[in-house]
Amino acid sequence: MALHRLSFRLRQTVTHVRTLHTTKCRQQQESLAAESEPEPFSIFRTRENDPAIQSEKNIGQYYTLPSAHIRTVFPHGLPWRYQQQMKTFSEACMMVRQPALEVMSYLKKTDYSKPVMRYVLYGGRGSGKTLSLCHTVHYCYTQGWLVLHLPDAFRWVKNCKELLPSSFNTSRFDQPLQATEWLRNFKITNEPFLSKIKTKQRYVWTKREFTEEGSLLGQLVDQGISRVKSSSDVVGAVMKELKLQSGQPESNFRLAVAVDGVNALWGRSTIKKEDKSTVDPDELTLVHNMRKLMKNDWTGGAIITTVAQNGSLYMSKSAYLPQELLGEKGFDYMDPFIPVSVANYSEKEFESCYLYYMDRQWLQHPQCRTEEGKKELVFLSNRNPKVMERICSSL
Amino acid sequence: MAACSVRTVGALLWKCKNNGSTVNIVTSQLSRKVPSRHICMSSALHRKNLAAAGPQKFTAEFIDKQVEEFNIGKRHLANMMGEDPENFTQEDIDRSIAYLFPSGLFQKKAHPIMKHPDEIFPKQRAVQWAADGRPFHFLFYTGKHSYYSLMHETYAKILNLEKRQDRLRAKGLLTQEVKKISLGASRWLTKEELETLLVETMTAHNYNRFIQLMERLLSMPHCSVEQEFVSRYRRQVEAQSRKQMVPQLEQDDRGVAFSTAEGRRKTSVSSVILRDCGSGRVTVNGGDYMQHFSVLQDREQLMFPLQFVGMLGRFDLECTVSGGGRSSQAGALRLAISRALLCFLPEGDMETMRQAGLLTPDPRLTERKKPGQEGARKKFTWKKR
Repeated sequence: MALHRLSFRLRQTVTHVRTLHTTKCRQQQESLAAESEPEPFSIFRTRENDPAIQSEKNIGQYYTLPSAHIRTVFPHGLPWRYQQQMKTFSEACMMVRQPALEVMSYLKKTDYSKPVMRYVLYGGRGSGKTLSLCHTVHYCYTQGWLVLHLPDAFRWVKNCKELLPSSFNTSRFDQPLQATEWLRNFKITNEPFLSKIKTKQRYVWTKREFTEEGSLLGQLVDQGISRVKSSSDVVGAVMKELKLQSGQPESNFRLAVAVDGVNALWGRSTIKKEDKSTVDPDELTLVHNMRKLMKNDWTGGAIITTVAQNGSLYMSKSAYLPQELLGEKGFDYMDPFIPVSVANYSEKEFESCYLYYMDRQWLQHPQCRTEEGKKELVFLSNRNPKVMERICSSL
Repeated sequence: MAACSVRTVGALLWKCKNNGSTVNIVTSQLSRKVPSRHICMSSALHRKNLAAAGPQKFTAEFIDKQVEEFNIGKRHLANMMGEDPENFTQEDIDRSIAYLFPSGLFQKKAHPIMKHPDEIFPKQRAVQWAADGRPFHFLFYTGKHSYYSLMHETYAKILNLEKRQDRLRAKGLLTQEVKKISLGASRWLTKEELETLLVETMTAHNYNRFIQLMERLLSMPHCSVEQEFVSRYRRQVEAQSRKQMVPQLEQDDRGVAFSTAEGRRKTSVSSVILRDCGSGRVTVNGGDYMQHFSVLQDREQLMFPLQFVGMLGRFDLECTVSGGGRSSQAGALRLAISRALLCFLPEGDMETMRQAGLLTPDPRLTERKKPGQEGARKKFTWKKR
């Protein structure tokens, strides 16, 4: 707890500085304050809110996501429990962790004229894969990339309320609701790009509706949102356009494809046709298009994914390695990729998480403030982020 | 059959106009097998008396006969088992009976036993009045003569001590420092124990008065004179923890101390290796601890012994567990961890752990289903008609 006491001492010096009024003394105090400025005002927070500047020494520290960014970047991206935490604490703080930093460092060093690199974040349940992905997505956004974020690929292969036979290819099925939802969120995230990118092809939707070549991407997206029936095909068209155009010398954007739960695309689905036979993910338009995007035959961007057991179908609980979760087909498709392992909190990170909760007055029990209480938390959660959050949460 | 024969005898006696108080009924005239009954006979009370008679009463002759039969039977048994009849102890008898009459019954008390009649038949009062009807003890008519005589005796001792004090004060030899009576780790007899000692029932009020009187005796100076009298009514309290087996503290190749222990609960069996100088890592059956015990309650159970002694981050646990459900596996592991911890603890902590209930194996098992019922306790639907 020496770290915590240190933060208190620093806080006290800062307040002393503010209360003195005499001018001479004030100058002296201000210089003193300036000297103490470079140190973070608490051990577990960092002032560097831009993911690009964050580095190894920020590992374990929380940085605040600006609320404007959250509204645009993550209309649907953050996990539900994290959103509730954001609402309770009235701020969005994310921990800087090793896996995210690793991926970001690779992104900084890649040569974007070569075919895209695929990164797969894997780890045990609740170890922080989704939030690491969100961190990377935030980085890409702050760097001005075009972000194609699919927060939960499993939503496309289960609990589908409406299934239409595709107009484009009769053997496939459309999912209008999921497609419109995704398009809407895509629009919110990438507003500035929609008025800059132009389509390279002509798309015919029905006898009377078509999109001319050279029209704005924004128009295409609006077409999909308004005409629900053809929304899945619009999604396919958007993905195709972006894939074609990224990496071209005339386009000035980089494409980041972020998919959470990429093993859904090659797993099984629980959607049933009218004759009660299961639909293979191959037969879904959205999945089909997404798979095409996953292939590394385009340039000028990056593909960052996670493999999750959590929402997966027909997978054993102990499976967490990419090979097990992707299956044979998926692995062959995704190979080669860079696996990034996401582990439970280290001691420093756990300490930081504990201090953050204490700072937010989240841990109310008097036992929590003692050393004993902290040891109990360590034992009960085994330093797993999700379990720690659940233990500390309200009943 | 016994009732009607007794009735006729009672009627005869009533006609002969005997003393009217309780009468010894001669047993030898009746069948030998059936014990006699001390029953106050009047024709009007015939029907009720069977219930109001209380527990069966045995005569001294009957008990003697049983003892004789026991001894003869013991010799026969020794001969049957091919052992020496002279040196045949009670343990040998128990062993032989268990061998000859094996019983698979769940209740241990339902197994066949062969013990000395004193242990089987409850102690009973000998006859307390002479042939002419006059009682032996002067307090007979109080109804609880042994209890009241004990009270009188204790009070007499108190008075003696006071007289002794007066005498010393008169002589001027009354010293303030008094030799304290050494009771050791002992407790008063419980009410049940006192009842068996006096062969007499007593109410809770009586018992409390007795304890009060004894405490008053103990509060007087010079009561060490009455040490022997007091210790008759006290029992040693052995610290239970002395019976607890402490596992060995071993050292592995790298010099790290570790200990192993086992535990059971319901049908789960577990064993734990507790290594010192660890970081609080836990492995269950070689795999992830969080995955095996996903419920918080189970993890809290595992945490309890370590938290109790305050050594949470110090040990590494290597657990193996099998059988039972998740709760019983957690309970079995908890017992194993507590036992393994014993060798790392200072002396006094073992007793506190025992009192916390960490070292007691939980004896509860699934209760047997009975015929005529749905389950162990649940009955079939009750229909009025």
